[in-house]
Amino acid sequence: MIDSTSASRAEQITVQHSQPTNPTVQMAGITVEFPGVKALDGVDFRLFPGEVHALMGENGAGKSTLIKALTGVNPIAAGTISVNGSSMRFNGPADAREHGISTVYQEVNLCTNLTVAENIMLGSEPRRFGGLDWRTMRRQAKVYLERMGLDIDPSSSLGSHSLAVQQLVAISRAMVVDAKVLILDEPTSSLDTDEVEQLFTVMRQLRDDGVAILFVSHFLDQIYAIADRITVLRNGQLVQERMKDQLPQRELVSLMIAGTSDAQVSRANERVAVTERAADAKPLLQAVGLGRKGAVQPFNLDLYPGEVIGLAGLLGSGRTELARLLYGADKADVGSIKLAGEPVKLRTPRQALGRKIAYTSEDRKGEGVIGDLTVAENIILGLQAARGWIRPLPTVKATQVVDAYIKALGVRPANPNALLKNLSGGNQQKVLLARWLATAPKLLLLDEPTRGIDIGAKTEIMNLVSELAEQGMSVVFISAELEEVLRLSDRIVVMRDHEKVAEIASTPEVDVPRLIEIIATGEEDK
Amino acid sequence: MTRIYKHRLFWPVVALLALLLACTIKRPDILGISVLDGHLFGAPIDILRNSSPLLLVSLGMTLVIATRGIDLSVGAIVAISGAVALTFIASSSNPGSVGTAIGAIVVALGLCVILGAFNGLLVANFGIQPIVATLILMTAGRGVAMLITNGQITTVNSAPFSKLASGFVLGLPVAALIAYGVFAVVALVVRRTALGMLLEAVGINPEASRLAGVKSKTLVFTVYVLCGLLSGLAGLIFAANTMAADANNAGLFIELDAILAVVIGGTSLAGGKFNLAGTMIGVLIITTLTLAVTVLGISPLVTSLFKAIVVIAVTLMMSTRLRAMFGSLRDRRRYQEVGA
Repeated sequence: MIDSTSASRAEQITVQHSQPTNPTVQMAGITVEFPGVKALDGVDFRLFPGEVHALMGENGAGKSTLIKALTGVNPIAAGTISVNGSSMRFNGPADAREHGISTVYQEVNLCTNLTVAENIMLGSEPRRFGGLDWRTMRRQAKVYLERMGLDIDPSSSLGSHSLAVQQLVAISRAMVVDAKVLILDEPTSSLDTDEVEQLFTVMRQLRDDGVAILFVSHFLDQIYAIADRITVLRNGQLVQERMKDQLPQRELVSLMIAGTSDAQVSRANERVAVTERAADAKPLLQAVGLGRKGAVQPFNLDLYPGEVIGLAGLLGSGRTELARLLYGADKADVGSIKLAGEPVKLRTPRQALGRKIAYTSEDRKGEGVIGDLTVAENIILGLQAARGWIRPLPTVKATQVVDAYIKALGVRPANPNALLKNLSGGNQQKVLLARWLATAPKLLLLDEPTRGIDIGAKTEIMNLVSELAEQGMSVVFISAELEEVLRLSDRIVVMRDHEKVAEIASTPEVDVPRLIEIIATGEEDK
Repeated sequence: MTRIYKHRLFWPVVALLALLLACTIKRPDILGISVLDGHLFGAPIDILRNSSPLLLVSLGMTLVIATRGIDLSVGAIVAISGAVALTFIASSSNPGSVGTAIGAIVVALGLCVILGAFNGLLVANFGIQPIVATLILMTAGRGVAMLITNGQITTVNSAPFSKLASGFVLGLPVAALIAYGVFAVVALVVRRTALGMLLEAVGINPEASRLAGVKSKTLVFTVYVLCGLLSGLAGLIFAANTMAADANNAGLFIELDAILAVVIGGTSLAGGKFNLAGTMIGVLIITTLTLAVTVLGISPLVTSLFKAIVVIAVTLMMSTRLRAMFGSLRDRRRYQEVGA
């Protein structure tokens, strides 16, 4: 019964968009269920050879789940998958890979302690005399790296390279098996513009060779630069599949975020920068000559209540390191911090927490999410840590706090007992924000809070930051997206090569090109 | 019905009941409890009493494993604790007095806290891998016990001290009352305070927990101290049972039984979520196995094999992958039924 309905659905689609070639991958009526969550509900999806197909949707729309359903990571409750016309079900990424479907995930899933060559060739190592042929391995790896335009030593350890390079290595690895289908799940979220262009060159080349590419990204410009076809998901359901040329950007966004009104989007745009503070305003936190060897050169920084400070700079410019010093996540080896005029020592996160400072890490998976605990436990963790283990948060209070934040931040699913690992990236981020907001911080350090999450959640988080600042919270906002920094910040601190090079008011004259110029030259003067 | 089947303690409980059933078939009166001199006697009471030391050690082990750690030194601590207590009694002027017994207990437990703190220091403060850090005391510990006893098996007489193992209160063995009482108190403290959640958080993601303000170092340190203390208590019950300080054999391989009990109870060695009730059932299974071997008349030659088969069966039935396989078989059947 199920089979016949999905078949008829598939026919409908084929009628709607007649296509000369047969799809390499055809998924029909895919349903995936997690405990307490219906992640996908009867979704159809096709991948044609020689096409880049962008999968779009908000966080929790089901993009990652659909990919995992295809590669067999998530079991499918209903629906069919056919590859090259024959029905298939994979046992996992390795199985899918053997059948020519390679996946590169959002977070780099490689072994950082192995060499670049080992990472690329793992599973397809050249052998000789029963052992590994290291020389051939390095040579072959070099060829794949060169195809990606990467000039790095194959025998260097992967961990010694930047996240961006690691991402490109992951893609090189995906190409080793002569993939017919390449799945790229947000490969660009940690790449800079040049690297993205480099990636696109490779993607176009592969597409012209007849590879079917599934591409997930939150950057609309990138979608329109590379995609041929776009599928939009929302709340686990298929909204539409269309050729890119027939889907204007504005319409795409509205398809993705039906329900988010224009008013909400524009409010974030309209945040008026407070460039002049009251004469008697006293800084909440003053960093004087604060620095750490190899991380950040000594810097001075004053943070005022009700102000948003944007930290701009390239990846690895010291943005994160600066925030970590203010939180005590790393120990400063020079300089001092004054809080409300009084010198304080912030050597551990616990001390910072006690001083009402909160920090969300850019590494959500590694340093934020506690996946096997529930949403509720993750939210109250900060509060509970501040109280110590001996005084548990009263159940009534905990329920109140959890319910209030789930509602206020729109966490989906709104189930406090769901395990956090079963939520989408954007919703995990909201839960982490809730953890910190519940501690009622006076200073909130947000490191890339909007990375890898969709427009809807981004807007929500940015509106929230504005509101918090209006209520008198001091906020440090770090983002690779300069528009976001400009839109939210009252003042902007520019980091370059581990050094604070400029601090400017976010006046209307300051725009993205101006910021880029400062980041590039390190000079404030025009 | 399906709910019960899916509960993660379903299979361990089934294994325990199956073992008891097998014993009952062989000897129908085995589970009977009789009253003698106001004390309860019978195989179930024996199981409770014999499981006491292992229960205490496994309790500490569960908490250590929850923090992604492991404590291999528990057996050595058991030996040291017994050696110290009995040597203390042997060297005192009045071995038979209650005061001496209490003194022996306090000194032994005090030393075990220090030993636990040594483990905790190595793991939490110096960041040495738990398996390596506790291996030090595992090997050195028995040497220390030998030094304390001068390499001899010290035999002493102290009526108050031996009550720890052979005494009865309210008709129940003192050893069991201590072990299960301590177990209940610790379980209550862990789940009623935030300790359990914080331990799990540290076990699941140590760095995220640290950044969330959790005092992970202190927590991990405390857990090793507690594990040392509980192992020391287990050592006292061991020693009171034989009244002979055997540095070589007291608590030998108890670390392996304890780890086994924790795993059977459904706590992952990868750390994080832990299940104290599961550990208790694991301990009961292991103790009952020993009884079953005797009752069923299994030859000593195949005893280890028999134990291994039971353990493999339980762990396999609990494996999520195997369950997923069974689950998908069931689901497929269901879909076929719907389809037809």
